Amino acid sequence: MKRHWMVVAITALAAAAAFTQVQSDIVIRLTGGARKVIALPDFRGAGASAQFADVFNATVFEDVQRSGVFTMAPKSFYPLNAPQQERDLRTPSPPQSPCGGLCLADWAGAPVNADYLGFGYLGEQGGRLVAFGNFFNTRLEQPSSARVFTKVYTGELSADGARKIAHEYAADILAQFGVPSLVGSKIYFVSDRQGKGTKEIWVMDFDGSNQRRLTHFNSISTMPSISPDGRRLAFTTYAKGQPQIMMYSTETGRFIPFRNSAAPTNAQASFTPDGRHVLYASSVSGYMQIYIAELDGSNPRRLTNTRAIEAEPKVNPKTGADIVFVSGRGGLQQIYRMNMDGADVERLTNGEGEASNPAWHPEGRHLAFAWTRGYAPGNWNLFLMDVASKETVQLTHGQGRNENPSWAPDGRHLAFCSNRTGSYQIFTMLADGTGVRQLTTEGNNWMPVWSK
Amino acid sequence: MVEVTDWIEGRRRIADPGQNRDCKQKGGISPIMKRLLTPRLIAIGILSALLLLFAAGCKKKQPAPPPPPPPPPPKEEPKPPAAVIRSFTAEPSTITRGQSSTLRWNVENASQVVIDQGIGTVPPRGERIVSPSDTTTYRMTARSAGGDAVAAVTVTVTAPPPPPPPPAKPKASLAERIAREIQDIFFDYDKSEIREDARATLQRNVEALKSILNDFPSAAILIEGHCDERGSAEYNLGLGDRRANATKEFLVQLGVPADRLKTISYGKERPFCTESNESCWQQNRRAHFVGVQ
Repeated sequence: MKRHWMVVAITALAAAAAFTQVQSDIVIRLTGGARKVIALPDFRGAGASAQFADVFNATVFEDVQRSGVFTMAPKSFYPLNAPQQERDLRTPSPPQSPCGGLCLADWAGAPVNADYLGFGYLGEQGGRLVAFGNFFNTRLEQPSSARVFTKVYTGELSADGARKIAHEYAADILAQFGVPSLVGSKIYFVSDRQGKGTKEIWVMDFDGSNQRRLTHFNSISTMPSISPDGRRLAFTTYAKGQPQIMMYSTETGRFIPFRNSAAPTNAQASFTPDGRHVLYASSVSGYMQIYIAELDGSNPRRLTNTRAIEAEPKVNPKTGADIVFVSGRGGLQQIYRMNMDGADVERLTNGEGEASNPAWHPEGRHLAFAWTRGYAPGNWNLFLMDVASKETVQLTHGQGRNENPSWAPDGRHLAFCSNRTGSYQIFTMLADGTGVRQLTTEGNNWMPVWSK
Repeated sequence: MVEVTDWIEGRRRIADPGQNRDCKQKGGISPIMKRLLTPRLIAIGILSALLLLFAAGCKKKQPAPPPPPPPPPPKEEPKPPAAVIRSFTAEPSTITRGQSSTLRWNVENASQVVIDQGIGTVPPRGERIVSPSDTTTYRMTARSAGGDAVAAVTVTVTAPPPPPPPPAKPKASLAERIAREIQDIFFDYDKSEIREDARATLQRNVEALKSILNDFPSAAILIEGHCDERGSAEYNLGLGDRRANATKEFLVQLGVPADRLKTISYGKERPFCTESNESCWQQNRRAHFVGVQ
């Protein structure tokens, strides 16, 4: 099946673009044309599985909804009955006659107007929780041809088990439309919840569950970044006095040696897409400048040569051929681009306000970043930019300070930090600025980095 | 009931047993003796004695008149008992100068009690707090017609120890010296240039820094660069670096040894003030001095 509508293109952000003065026709297309409408009647559970049905249904609904791919058919429009297994489906006889929800046509027609129907039930088998999941195209009358998939999922007989198999079922639905699942992805972040004035590196699941601390320096550890394969975490820490880069294995939980240059500051490490080099900012010269080194910090080479502050280098994950970074060379901090050897520098933001936190979209054509354009210094909002055209679109609109965008592996979601609730917390949203969801609540939390 | 004849009054009366007991206790004289000692018998005795004297006088013949009897000795009153000093103490008996001691005494039979050293007449029993400045012996004289008594106590006064030498002036710690003598400097937004007011401050800091580094030969001065909350955390790390470094360079030009000055950037990680207004932001755009040993 050709998923022509998932091609990264442009639209969907027309509403967001209306807030900007830029005539923008950029941006990442989140849906192709009209969104498909999906109906997801609740699974019912038999026996011991019944108590986990609510968790399962809520998780499936949320995963599908937050993907941004579908319009969710309002549940109040659903027919009275829903099929629980494929053999419940009937073909209308005579044709066009309603059959109370057991015909796909009941879901395809008004008022539900669903294009797709997901249904099934939960049961308990040998002490395990089992979901029998089905996904059908309602526009095809014959159940056998309308079936997209029918699949069995098993997990622990617990709420966690229910969430796990719900994520799997939702991921299978999304996969039919070329949408990568975020299940299993992690978000690394910085939190002061363990003590004011300290910052430690934490990690959580993509949906905010399983938050746990990775560092225990009782110091300031911040600015995390993750290697493309998700196996190495780099961050900047004051644990040994002056800020230095540390490298940590997410597999073994051990620190990996990293050679810092003799400088007051070594910070903001990020990885090249091949995972073989590290870029970072160092004040060896007295001014913070951008360097590239081997993965262990050896053989550092200077890429910028200014008497200005150069920070936050990020290599294009798709091409591996250009670097975006933040520089004060022209005055207030702006986002620039250069080649891997430091040549061909060009400014990407137009010089208005201050710009920071460039984050490459996985496809390497767009940036998410923070900008104060149109606001007082310090009042950051998130923007998207088409790097080729330098056109921008604004995603947040003055609800607190919004910084640190990080793309989800699906290229459709962003994690970011905002103080819109009064403290700094981590949120996710679709790349068109909708579907905002708060993931953290405890203490202050900053600098999310979304990893595979 | 006991019948008692009262010979003196010559009449009988009936005494109650209590009176009788009382009589026995007081007199202890039996009724027979009382009878013998009646006034009548006493009178007879005296008359007999006078007759005997007269008869004897009659026997001698005009002898030379005897010398007049010696004048009767002055009528002597019963001699009162001598004064007794039961106790006379000083508590404590040793004091240091400026402290006091309590004299206590107990004198009996004295008509007058006098303590010298300016205390004078005192009651026979009493106490007095004294604060002699030197060792002093207090003499007490208890006078009585029956005999005086004298006693003395000594209050030994020791000189207080000489005051200790004034404590050596405590050497201010490195941190105290820096807090007292070195002033932070402040910056404009997104700038690391040393402002005019900061130049003056740094020029004042130079001599103090040199002095401190001289007094603490192993110490170094750490210059912390700080920023307000508005720039991005990443950029501010570089800006704090610039502020610390610019401060260091300025001080080195004024002769502070470069190898004794270190820098660190805190960016906006350690604000001095956490409100979102210009006065707070200005507080946070600074170079701060810290001593490291």
